[in-house]
Amino acid sequence: MDILLNELAGRPVFWIISMIMLVSAFMVVTLKNVFHCAIFLILTLFSVAGLFVMLNAEFLAAAQVLIYVGAISILMIFAIMLSSNFAKDKIRMTSKNAIVVSLPVMFFGLGVIALVVKTIVDIQPLWNRDPADLTALPADNTMMIGKYLMTEYMLPFEVVSVLLLSAMIGAIVLARKERS
Amino acid sequence: MDPQLPITNVTETLLAMLPEIFLFCWALVVITIDVVSKRKSETLAGYLSMIGLLITGILLSFSTYGKGFGNMFFNDPMAAFFKIIFISAAFMAIGSSFGITKKKIVNHRGEFFGLILFSTVGMMFLSASREMISLYIGLELTTIPLFVLAAFFKDEKLSIESGIKYFVIGAFSSALLLYGMSFLYGLSGTTDLLSMRLNIAAFHLTFKQIGVVVLISNIMLVAGIGFKLALPPFHQWAPDVYEGAPTPVAAFLSVGSKAAGLVAFAKMFLLALPAFYGTEMFPNDWGMMVGFFAACSMIIGNVVAIRQTNIKRMLAYSSIAQAGYIMVGMLALNEHGLASVAFYMFAYLFANMGAFAAVALFEDKTGSCQIASYEGLSKTSPFFAVSFSIFLLSLVGIPPLGGFMAKYKVFAAAIAQASAHESGQWIYWLVGIGLLTSVFSLYYYANVIRQMYFSKNDSPYTMTYNPAILTVLIIGVLGVLAAGLFPEPVLEFAGQISNSFGF
Repeated sequence: MDILLNELAGRPVFWIISMIMLVSAFMVVTLKNVFHCAIFLILTLFSVAGLFVMLNAEFLAAAQVLIYVGAISILMIFAIMLSSNFAKDKIRMTSKNAIVVSLPVMFFGLGVIALVVKTIVDIQPLWNRDPADLTALPADNTMMIGKYLMTEYMLPFEVVSVLLLSAMIGAIVLARKERS
Repeated sequence: MDPQLPITNVTETLLAMLPEIFLFCWALVVITIDVVSKRKSETLAGYLSMIGLLITGILLSFSTYGKGFGNMFFNDPMAAFFKIIFISAAFMAIGSSFGITKKKIVNHRGEFFGLILFSTVGMMFLSASREMISLYIGLELTTIPLFVLAAFFKDEKLSIESGIKYFVIGAFSSALLLYGMSFLYGLSGTTDLLSMRLNIAAFHLTFKQIGVVVLISNIMLVAGIGFKLALPPFHQWAPDVYEGAPTPVAAFLSVGSKAAGLVAFAKMFLLALPAFYGTEMFPNDWGMMVGFFAACSMIIGNVVAIRQTNIKRMLAYSSIAQAGYIMVGMLALNEHGLASVAFYMFAYLFANMGAFAAVALFEDKTGSCQIASYEGLSKTSPFFAVSFSIFLLSLVGIPPLGGFMAKYKVFAAAIAQASAHESGQWIYWLVGIGLLTSVFSLYYYANVIRQMYFSKNDSPYTMTYNPAILTVLIIGVLGVLAAGLFPEPVLEFAGQISNSFGF
């Protein structure tokens, strides 16, 4: 059922979501108004959540929306709105060192893309595979994540809470106004 | 299908984890006591933290080797050895920060020490993990408190700048590291490092094409960990951060955080990816890449350090150079390699923490970090001058001191690797660069000693020591001398590390 859904209905939806994601990601880095960038960033992150749903990873999708869209982007918008005259501010998009900087970045980026493409071409291409070979995630994968978090991945789970505690203490120390 | 319960004996696992658990609870106790006592005492939080670290050390000596939670917690000789280094580094960093908690950090003494302890807990978890997720989380727990600690002087522009720089670079490098790890997970289907070693090697034998993916992940892992180690070309943050951060924090960064990065490097490359070393297929070979960066770091670190006038910046470049020497030992995949790295870290711990403690003491007294202001100190404060000179000479690697033994071991291990393998000839060049740049390094370290001893003027300052920093300086001198004169017990302990890595 899931495989069928992915195969038939999934393909066009996948392309649509991917196009929205790519276009909005492009807008994030090219638009000059920070506020608009943030809005497009939210759209990008939403589309990523959409892709997760298509892969049957509902938990990841929910976490993506909650954390990235719900918390991080909203904080970003708060920061933009509180910090300056956001509507008029234009980001300077050029730098004196633009050419020097962009060379290694482009080199590395193109290298990564080329190598990934080469690997996909070398190894049997996914799109030639028989759909029956593709195993979708089991429907109860959210439950499995919960189980693993409490058994096998117990230790990292606990250490993360130590990490959050220390981050919280650090944030309070830094943000607190001192009595003189 | 139910995930199997991997914990066979919870009590044993928790007992093996007791030092970490204790230190975490103690950090909370330190913060709470400081708040409850209305932050009146200048020294209470500091002494409490030092006592806590001593108790942790004692608990550590009772803890046994073994594993729990799958391979998430794997207490092997390497973990035990590096835990000692982390605890000592934290002890010496805390001992040298009594000057700043007296004057500058008045409202948050408990948090300052508590965050150092949290970071130490992270390092201990990191060194005891053989699994990518717990490794990554250990690394994050190590660095996130350090971001805050670097920016702890909230009124000083330099400190804030150093905190922000370290935060941005740290976040960026973590992202790179995680991206590289995700490639490896995609290839091997496991986050467990030992299974990954087998899966990837088997996969590599069957399909030759995975080389490119391994190359990408190697680049990202080297970049991510290289940022933590301040290995050129990922070193630019180090001098600025060391200069602006509180001096004890800079010391802890240069030893504790660097040792944590080394452990992460050893786990990722020597435990999971040894199949991609010296394979004579350049694209896969991380050895050449790391060798190149090690050479860069020895050359850049030592040459740029010569031009520095600020002693903290000089020590920052010196620690960049030291990272290069350590990486030379890391490239020796034989039974001496990891042992020499661990021993180097041991000698470096005392020398570098001691040197930073001396700088912190001088800064508390005079407010200056300029090398020129150390002029004539040998006449007014002979103990200070002698101990600082010993630390610096150990960093150069002058014979009776720990630094010499460490450099000798590292280069010997590298030469053994080079002579054993036909494809490892380039390591000779690396050793040559190491020996040559060691000579350069004498110039800038000796310059400080020259200022202190061979100056016509007497220094206007006389050092006064509080008990904590006196302890740190004495421990440092004794440690450096012991590592140089009686290295056998440490070397024997360090020798066990290679066993658990299968060399």
